[in-house]
Amino acid sequence: VQEKEELIEEWQPEPLVPPVPKDHPALNYNVVSGPPTHIITVNGKECINFASFNFLGLLDNEKVKSAAQASLKKYGVGTCGPRGFYGTFDVHLELEERLAKFMRTEEAIIYSYGFATIASAIPAYSKRGDIVFVDEAACFAIQKGLQASRSNIKLFKHNDMADLERLLKEQETEDQKNPRKARVTRRFIVVEGLYMNTGDVCPLPELIKLKYKYKVRIFLEESLSFGVLGEHGRGITEHFGINIDDIDLISANMENSLASIGGFCCGRSFIIDHQRLSGQGYCFSASLPPLLAAAAIEALNIMEDNPEKVLRLKLSLKLESSLYEISGLKVVGESFSPALHLQLEESCGSRENDVKLLKRVVDYCMNSGIALTQARYLEKEEKCLPPPSIRVVVTVEQTEQELDKAASLLKEAAQSVLN
Amino acid sequence: LNHIVHNGGLYKRPFNEAFEETPMLVAVLTYVGYGVLTLFGYLRDFMRQWKIEKCQNATEREEQKDFVPLYQDFENFYNRNLYMRIRDSWNRPICSVPGAKVDMMERVSHDYNWTFTYTGRVIKDIINMGSYNYLGFAQKAGTCQEAAAKVLSQYGAGVCSTRQEMGNLDKHEELEKLVARFLGVESAMAYGMGFATNSMNIPALVGKGCLILSDELNHASLVLGARLSGATIRIFKHNNMQSLEKLLKDAIVHGQPRTRRPWKKILILVEGIYSMEGSIVRLPEVIALKKKYKSYLYLDEAHSIGALGPSGRGVVEYFGLSPEDVDVMMGTFTKSFGAAGGYIGGKKELIDYLRTYSHSAVYATSLSPPVVEQIITSMKCIMGEDGTNVGKARVQQLAENTRYFRRRLKEMGFIIYGNEDSPVVPLMLYMPAKIGAFGREMLKRNIGVVVVGFPATPIIESRARFCLSAAHTKEMLDTALKEINEVGDLLQLKYSRHRLVPLLDRPFDETTYEETED
Repeated sequence: VQEKEELIEEWQPEPLVPPVPKDHPALNYNVVSGPPTHIITVNGKECINFASFNFLGLLDNEKVKSAAQASLKKYGVGTCGPRGFYGTFDVHLELEERLAKFMRTEEAIIYSYGFATIASAIPAYSKRGDIVFVDEAACFAIQKGLQASRSNIKLFKHNDMADLERLLKEQETEDQKNPRKARVTRRFIVVEGLYMNTGDVCPLPELIKLKYKYKVRIFLEESLSFGVLGEHGRGITEHFGINIDDIDLISANMENSLASIGGFCCGRSFIIDHQRLSGQGYCFSASLPPLLAAAAIEALNIMEDNPEKVLRLKLSLKLESSLYEISGLKVVGESFSPALHLQLEESCGSRENDVKLLKRVVDYCMNSGIALTQARYLEKEEKCLPPPSIRVVVTVEQTEQELDKAASLLKEAAQSVLN
Repeated sequence: LNHIVHNGGLYKRPFNEAFEETPMLVAVLTYVGYGVLTLFGYLRDFMRQWKIEKCQNATEREEQKDFVPLYQDFENFYNRNLYMRIRDSWNRPICSVPGAKVDMMERVSHDYNWTFTYTGRVIKDIINMGSYNYLGFAQKAGTCQEAAAKVLSQYGAGVCSTRQEMGNLDKHEELEKLVARFLGVESAMAYGMGFATNSMNIPALVGKGCLILSDELNHASLVLGARLSGATIRIFKHNNMQSLEKLLKDAIVHGQPRTRRPWKKILILVEGIYSMEGSIVRLPEVIALKKKYKSYLYLDEAHSIGALGPSGRGVVEYFGLSPEDVDVMMGTFTKSFGAAGGYIGGKKELIDYLRTYSHSAVYATSLSPPVVEQIITSMKCIMGEDGTNVGKARVQQLAENTRYFRRRLKEMGFIIYGNEDSPVVPLMLYMPAKIGAFGREMLKRNIGVVVVGFPATPIIESRARFCLSAAHTKEMLDTALKEINEVGDLLQLKYSRHRLVPLLDRPFDETTYEETED
């Protein structure tokens, strides 16, 4: 007993958190005064916004705001409960119906937080012992969902269908060795429509072929492509002309094109209904505040009534081709992706120095009236950390002159900082 | 540990918490009830398989019938055969502000709850004993709503960016300073979702090589956060300080399981009020233990912030302790502030670290501006900074309502769990049939209650849970009590034999969640 007392006396734990250096790049946030709309006031300076994911410009749309105001007058702000316990409002049911109708699926389910949507959906279906094939460049929310599910994760190279097929074939040979286990092991492929980390589109038609050949289910994450791809903004399935029933689950967040908060999953009732009892972020968390749901409904109305907004976005994207001519910075991402990355053509050796260099470029632009930001990552937690980059977001509200100004400022900044 | 033996030394007020033992006959009958339901379940499944009964489940696509089945048949047995029978007690749609009285959309089912249709009628003015509206801030008019409306027209509803990129508004900074002042800590940070606050920040604080000591009945978000962190998790019996101390001693003396190296850190996860039990954490003892064994304390005040304490500052104020003793004070804005989101408060180093390394700051959208304004206005009201006494009056009203309601229910003879001062009141039902019956009977009498069964509670301990609010007037409570009395007689729910056993050793239920070893 004496020894035990001594051990207890002697043990010293680590401090709860290590100290963070004062000049850590992620510690000093930009302060936005006022609404983060097209003209944004950052750190006291008025700039044109090239950093918020407000693709269709619905953030300060008057109709959306008045719909939210009406909802505020009727319901107050919070819902004071999860969906199971008096937290289901008629606006939630209406939003789910509208989303299901818009995406042409049987059912939709809403979450109150965009990150939690895919992070709760994956563990609801995939459990310990199941196999998930996921793209290397999948976003952090998908990684957390996979971690929570405790399944076997197999990463395949970004957008490399040959690599994926190799993994699937390997799995097939494994299955033949143990057919009894194979009969109960579920398989999933998780991909994004438009990748946040690289701006690329996933090759969905090939994936569908692989799906039927190897009997794997597909979960598609469409946070960036909802409202952007496809003739009406229905996402990558409309873009490629694929039958939506071929995708088992589509998950998206409403925080980009719909300029609200939260996320949704849509698909057949057989699949979506399961999340109502086993989606952690749905059952154990308060529901979405009604004013945000009403804002999303109105934004959806506007998207449906004005499909030309989506077309105008595509035109804006064509105009930003001048970004490709900046020496020292290369553009990463498809030409029709509204969220692009600008990476250094040549790294200067360490990630820290690259980040510092890009910060100087960003500061130069901010001082001259273009608001940009670096793409932020948790360096130690990401499975495949993307290289440091500047995020450029093209929205429907930016004019030709503003795009030209941004491109020329970036050119100047790159020249002055990198040379 | 002799300074804990004399409870009076650490506790400045009496701590009355009790969980009356389940009467033996009731327990037996409950098991019999579940047994009958299970048998019928097998029978119905058999009939569905042989097409004698129509199968109303949604099914897999024809093209995908040869894929590995998505759900195991047994996984859904409980869902198909027990939950489906009383499904109408949950997910009740409402169409008004979730205040003390609420309007509900009437729905009927013609096929035993497989599908619902809305009749179009609205049941008005149901007394709401299910919403988490402790201080009555769920209002559709008043200073909070006006302020939120102003901010909504100025800022819009969404933010479209993360905190570290372009989503840090001046409103967020204002909110965080206010929260820090409210709690009495150096610094605070706010997040968009209460659930995500736990599941995204615990992994940032602890990792492999650390030990988490978690209460048996912790919320799913704490369990998920602990699992995602990769640390070793050990569970101590609910609110049982001897169990906690034993685990602490063993951990320090024996070190990590295979390598015997000392643990890097020990983090204790507790909640202020446990929402299914109505119990309050024994905070003075936990803090004394934490100091003796040099571990860190993470306090989740989701239900207790605003609801306990003479000025609504939570369980720390309730016990008269200092907020500096709690390393990480976490809470949510959904319950007492009528908004949405969560926060973490603590020392400046902690919050600076979270600003840099929290998953939510880097990858998740920040709080919506009108929601932030609602929190700011309601918090100022509770603190009395809006120039009125409204906040203080509400806190006192809630405490009075709690004591009155609990006393009357106990007098009637129901078994009520939890602490005398907790506004969460679980009333034991036990038998599966009574779960559905209680919910429906109360709705017929225009009172909305929440009933909970397995798996949120142990299988024989299903209960009805009342959440009191400062917005409930004495008349509403009296009406509710009268109806509960009637229904209690009708359903024979008055099990109490007034034999209160303090701190019963509750059996450890492994279905709650698993322990992970390195």
